[in-house]
Amino acid sequence: MTLVSISGNLLFIAFVCYLVATLFFGGAVKGSKTETTNFEKRWGRIGIVVTIIGFISNLGYFVTRWIAAGHAPVSNLFEFTTAFGMMIVGAFILIYFLYKTPLLGLFALPIAIIIIGFASMFPRDINPLIPALKSYWLYIHVITAALGESILAMSAVAGLIYLTKNIDLTKKSKQRFWLEAVMFTLVLTLGFVAASSTFKFMDYEASFNYIDKEQKAEEITYDMPPIFGMNEYEALTPGTMEPLAETPPIVNAKKLTTVTWSLIFGIVLYGLIRLIIRKPISALLQPLAKKANSQLMDEIGYRAVLIGFPVFTLGALIFAMIWAQEAWSRFWGWDPKEVWALITWLFYAAFLHLRLSKGWQGEKSAWLAVIGFIIIMFNLIAVNLIIAGLHSYA
Amino acid sequence: MNKIICACGHENPEGTVLCGNCGRPLTEEAENLKLVDMRYEGSARRSQTYNKSIVDKIWNFFSSVRVGVWLIVIILVAAAIGTILPQVLYVPATVEADIAAYYERVYGTFGKIYYELGLSDLYGSWWFQTLIGMLGISLIVASLDRVIPLYKSLKKQRTRRHESFMKRQRLFAIGENKLGEETLTRSEQKLTELGYHVKREDGAVLGERGRFSRWGPYINHLGLIIFLFGVMLRALPGFYVDETMWIREGETRAIPETPGFYLESKEFILETYDKDQADDVFDEAIDRVGTIASNYQTDVVLYKKPEDALPGQTDKLEEVKKDSIQVNEPLKFDGFAVYQMDFRLDELRTMHFDLSNKASGESLGELSIDLVEPETHYDLGNGAEVELLRYYPDFSGFEDGEPQTKSPVPNNPAFLVKMTTPETPEGETSFVAIKQTVEPFGENEFKLEFKNVDTRDVSGLTIRKDKTLWILALGGLIFMIGVAQGSYWNHRRIWIHETKDGRLAVAAHTNKNWLNVKKDLDAVTEAASLPPYDDQQDLEALEEKKDGEKSS
Repeated sequence: MTLVSISGNLLFIAFVCYLVATLFFGGAVKGSKTETTNFEKRWGRIGIVVTIIGFISNLGYFVTRWIAAGHAPVSNLFEFTTAFGMMIVGAFILIYFLYKTPLLGLFALPIAIIIIGFASMFPRDINPLIPALKSYWLYIHVITAALGESILAMSAVAGLIYLTKNIDLTKKSKQRFWLEAVMFTLVLTLGFVAASSTFKFMDYEASFNYIDKEQKAEEITYDMPPIFGMNEYEALTPGTMEPLAETPPIVNAKKLTTVTWSLIFGIVLYGLIRLIIRKPISALLQPLAKKANSQLMDEIGYRAVLIGFPVFTLGALIFAMIWAQEAWSRFWGWDPKEVWALITWLFYAAFLHLRLSKGWQGEKSAWLAVIGFIIIMFNLIAVNLIIAGLHSYA
Repeated sequence: MNKIICACGHENPEGTVLCGNCGRPLTEEAENLKLVDMRYEGSARRSQTYNKSIVDKIWNFFSSVRVGVWLIVIILVAAAIGTILPQVLYVPATVEADIAAYYERVYGTFGKIYYELGLSDLYGSWWFQTLIGMLGISLIVASLDRVIPLYKSLKKQRTRRHESFMKRQRLFAIGENKLGEETLTRSEQKLTELGYHVKREDGAVLGERGRFSRWGPYINHLGLIIFLFGVMLRALPGFYVDETMWIREGETRAIPETPGFYLESKEFILETYDKDQADDVFDEAIDRVGTIASNYQTDVVLYKKPEDALPGQTDKLEEVKKDSIQVNEPLKFDGFAVYQMDFRLDELRTMHFDLSNKASGESLGELSIDLVEPETHYDLGNGAEVELLRYYPDFSGFEDGEPQTKSPVPNNPAFLVKMTTPETPEGETSFVAIKQTVEPFGENEFKLEFKNVDTRDVSGLTIRKDKTLWILALGGLIFMIGVAQGSYWNHRRIWIHETKDGRLAVAAHTNKNWLNVKKDLDAVTEAASLPPYDDQQDLEALEEKKDGEKSS
């Protein structure tokens, strides 16, 4: 077995462990009446042990892949996103030992699972480093930034629990709608995973010639049936689907197609879930969340931001600036990824200042934490895939 | 200025909410609150005290956290809008008209509007910079407005506080004093053990730890102010140099903006990953992506002009050092850094021709034309000669029968030559370009035949000097110290009083991290048999407790 395949297997073991641990945390929460019964302690303890085994295996993946590649596995979208998922589990373990609440695991681990699943849909081969990435700052900057983001993500997990518990789901309200929208977004991510896996399994491929926005002739290969065709496309693969619509040159129809398929799969998946459970997902989770103590969740949400904010600042701004000065000759260049790191930082700065004002605790604070996580994910996914810039390595 | 005199006799400045001495609420509003606002207990902020002159009004505006948050949010939204389309800096056009055309051509009407509104250069716009400036002012004013009263209030803390102050703390207990005198002694001991600074005065104990964490926010704001100051300095001449230069292999050029430094490019190197040589684990990626670059490098020699050299004199350069400039490894000297930023491969250098007889194919000799500094006469011997009448380095076609050149860069060289041989002593004129020969005055007997060409690579280098870097680094460092201090440490206080009626009142406060102060209070409660406390903000726990009491 090569080091690369060992690495892949370790990641798979970690993935399975997280799934199993989620079930144990679920058992711990469901079986408990008040916060600390023996039952909860036992199941919770098994849950955290399994989580830690998974995390060690996950670290094993990271280290073996590092050795195999000769550089830290944070240099493309698959590697970075996987590392981010791993660090979310790490941050959860940290918070678990501070606050001993299994409920957090029940929400945090599925999010980590979705993120790792999402990551594995991107090309998984090991890239050699391009000149711009050849620097030890790659490890320092990216790992610290991801660590900061993962701790900040814990705040969103606590916020989500707070909201699931405290929003009245029996009455129609904006809050109820948006909470379910958050759940729906998580299902959409699964939709992307389902769509990618399905078409990968079918070995789908369709190539086209097209004219890009600079009026140059280019070729592109879709890995999903083309719902949208590129500007002035011309099919090259016989026997594949004819695109339903052609897009103007500035739109990347391949990406639009991927998004559309993810939406279709996601909506079908969500529909199926609703059909089976016969109520909104948030309503399914509410009885579990009811076991939480709101004050504690509020404090975890705040504490996670307090712990994560300095780490994020150091990794995503300060180390980033030092490296940018070395590699690109300027510490700041308003590159989209840089700007979105600044936006994330400003957002959490606003969060911390709002906590000082009256009324911005509890529910409002929980919403802010969730929005913060959305901004982080936007910077991770959308800025890489949609807004092109210096950071588009994937 | 009016003073507020508290029931305990202490004189408080106007604007004070809690008495600086005993902690009694001084305003009706504060009295009606279940829990007190502990932020600036016992002292008045300037912004809450004065509101008369225009200075007061401006001060009050910028001291407000709400205004600060609004500024942050506006900057955040503006910054996001700036990422919708690429900024001017990243657009492949330099002239204003080209840039405008680029946005419209590539992004349509939306691009045109985006450009017209100035959003394509958003971060350099006056209004964005004004917003940043306002945020800077807000940082200074809001910090000053708060840090002084906070310092005063924490410095003159009294050990004994009024009961109304105690019972409005989030963690509060009142109950029987089981151990009498012993209670305070044991509490004192336990608190000291837990790392608290303890004061004891007439039947009251105050334990306090981590007060320095309260300065964290002000220190990190100071760091930010220093950072912004450093950024502002860059606008002054002499602090900041940003130049680019293109240098060809074999060339020696003055480095712009430097005091007499010259750079010679020995060689430009472009390396890519090769499947045979690179590690096997990379094979799949190389197959999928195609060519992946592994190195961009310019080997250079840095020279300095001697002090006594005349301007423009370059023959006596002194070598300073040899270096290889790579991405991530700039050449550094005298506060300057030279970066490998760009390159052009295979720029034409010298063209080689053969003068031959068209009919017989017989060669009369070869000539080489330097495309940067061409000579005008080429003597091939045996009476054959070529005269270069005109040189068009970047030939772009004919206009009114005249050849045109687009630029002075030899991208597509063309020549108007006069060939003289013993057989054609008057000479024949010919226009020679790559793959094209025009004979303007009728059929010639001889032709210049293109043999081959020498090329060389060009390196695109960026020259930077930034004298503000140390200020920015200092600002960053101070920010990190402040933000860590405020986030990873917290200020905890525990008050334990004997009340007048012989009972015991306990209260605790922290600015962050209630979990830890609860742990500490649990430990003290156990050690000194204090009455059990309630978290007055944790309504769910209170409710549960009430239910428990009812059912039992």
